Amino acid sequence: MTDQSKISAQDLSIFYGANRAVKNVSMEIRENRVTALIGPSGCGKSTFLRALNRMNDIIPSVRAEGRVFLDGQDIYAPRVDVIDVRRRVGMVFQKSNPFPKSIFENVAYGLRINGVRSRKVIEQQVEKSLRGAALWDEVKDRLQTSALAMSGGQQQRLCIARALAIEPEVLLMDEPASALDPIATQKIEELIHDLKRDYTIVIVTHNMQQAARVSDFTGFFLMGELIEVDETGTIFTKPTRKQTEDYITGRFG
Amino acid sequence: MSTPIKLELGGAASGSLRRMQNRMFLCLTGAAALTLLVPLFGILGYLVTRGIGAINLDFFISLPKPVGETGGGVANAIVGSLMVIVMAGAAAIPCGVLASVYICEFAPGSRFSSIIRFVCDMLNSTPSIILGIFAYGMVVLRMGHFSALAGAFALFVMMTPVVVRATEEILRTVPNSIREASVGLGGTRWQTVWHVVLPAARSGIVTGVFLALARVGGETAPLLFTAFGNQFWNLDPRQPINTLPVQIYKFATSPYADWHRQAWAAALLLVIMIAVISSTVRALTARR
Ligand SMILES: Nc1ncnc2c1ncn2[C@@H]1O[C@H](COP(=O)(O)OP(=O)(O)O)[C@@H](O)[C@H]1O
Ligand SMILES: [Mg+2]
Repeated sequence: MTDQSKISAQDLSIFYGANRAVKNVSMEIRENRVTALIGPSGCGKSTFLRALNRMNDIIPSVRAEGRVFLDGQDIYAPRVDVIDVRRRVGMVFQKSNPFPKSIFENVAYGLRINGVRSRKVIEQQVEKSLRGAALWDEVKDRLQTSALAMSGGQQQRLCIARALAIEPEVLLMDEPASALDPIATQKIEELIHDLKRDYTIVIVTHNMQQAARVSDFTGFFLMGELIEVDETGTIFTKPTRKQTEDYITGRFG
Repeated sequence: MSTPIKLELGGAASGSLRRMQNRMFLCLTGAAALTLLVPLFGILGYLVTRGIGAINLDFFISLPKPVGETGGGVANAIVGSLMVIVMAGAAAIPCGVLASVYICEFAPGSRFSSIIRFVCDMLNSTPSIILGIFAYGMVVLRMGHFSALAGAFALFVMMTPVVVRATEEILRTVPNSIREASVGLGGTRWQTVWHVVLPAARSGIVTGVFLALARVGGETAPLLFTAFGNQFWNLDPRQPINTLPVQIYKFATSPYADWHRQAWAAALLLVIMIAVISSTVRALTARR
């Protein structure tokens, strides 16, 4: 594999006030691959993930040290346009968070706020994104109904469609299936598989089977540190570090 | 951990004691709730029995009669009240909502925001007559005479902090997750506020705003030496204007029985107007 690095975190530390939640993490995220982040609850997976599109900026007490390169450009450098970073690096959250608007307007939102005016372009892009999120057939006849009336699994796929609409390069997903039933989870996993043709994906999951099923690379976090990162097969069959092995075999603690 | 503890649950004595306690508090809380209804119905009953006799068409379309003449109405006070409230609201609503957006959305947790919150609480607990004196000093003395504008200014000062606090409360109920969704799509703070937060909070804000309007609409003290009152028609904001609360005050403090009846009638009208505003808003926003 000639895997290009899409995102490169170098010596990244994230602080909540005085509490360092991510400690000197260096990690490469490869282009058009799925990278899973695993580790026990509270180990800093979400914090690390949110650092990759500067979502942490909106929490007042957060401070970042170190660097994150997106296609070689440091996104924490002064004068970087944060808005532009977030457009290129989209995010899907743990709890689905559709706007209290219609299905159509949810998907169109990113286009509208980024200055797309043409109705035709918006309609085309909404359809394309809903198809991309494997949701089109289920909702095409009720695009104008409220997104809040959808099932949990549909809402999460809507959030994925919404993220896809502005054609990001990277998709960050924070436990996107943790609140879903097995069938909805399976749909999301299949979707992730399809999406990696066009996108670089980073997914946080506490479900190790899920990491094994969907990802090409896996990073194991423990208490804010990245213990080990490697191809998923390697991590799950012959990890180098003892802590990784303990965790994946459930002998943790 | 080894010695077993013997639990004795539901002993007869403790059971009946607890049931009695429960019944006692049921009575006590119920009585407290009833106590609230007494003044409310008392006021309404009193206003209706005393005021209904003076309510006729003339009451709505005529000017107050000079001393000594019977009849007349409060038409100019109704229009004046509406004018003053609309002017105050037109300034206080955008000002209050925007200030609230600032302290909740743009700079939550900043020092400046907590100062603003504190100032709002101070203003909210300031007796309204003091706000009237302030408006007198700021507007009346400068203009050299009383005016509708001065009255509107006093009500504006009174209403803005109410709107700020009410809006803030509503903005807090908007889940953070949808703000994050908008920001994550490349939305600016303002786009997030305008396209996501405010629409989600709209019905709550509308309710808060109208309740604030209803509250200042019945204020007398801030208007006494600002809008002052007027025997005649006036639609010029630079001139003194009649308002319902002030007219009630004048009627009620006069020695004439006929004016007293009109005071009751005007009070009834004011209460009905405020009740209609509040309940319409509640009904409209409850449906959404
Ligand atoms: N908004 C926040 N404010 C303060 N501390 C936080 C916040 N979010 C997370 N943390 C802390 O950062 C650490 C890592 O949290 P998180 O990244 O959410 O872990 P994970 O996603 O792996 O469960 C935890 O100790 C948590 O308490
Ligand atoms: Mg998390």
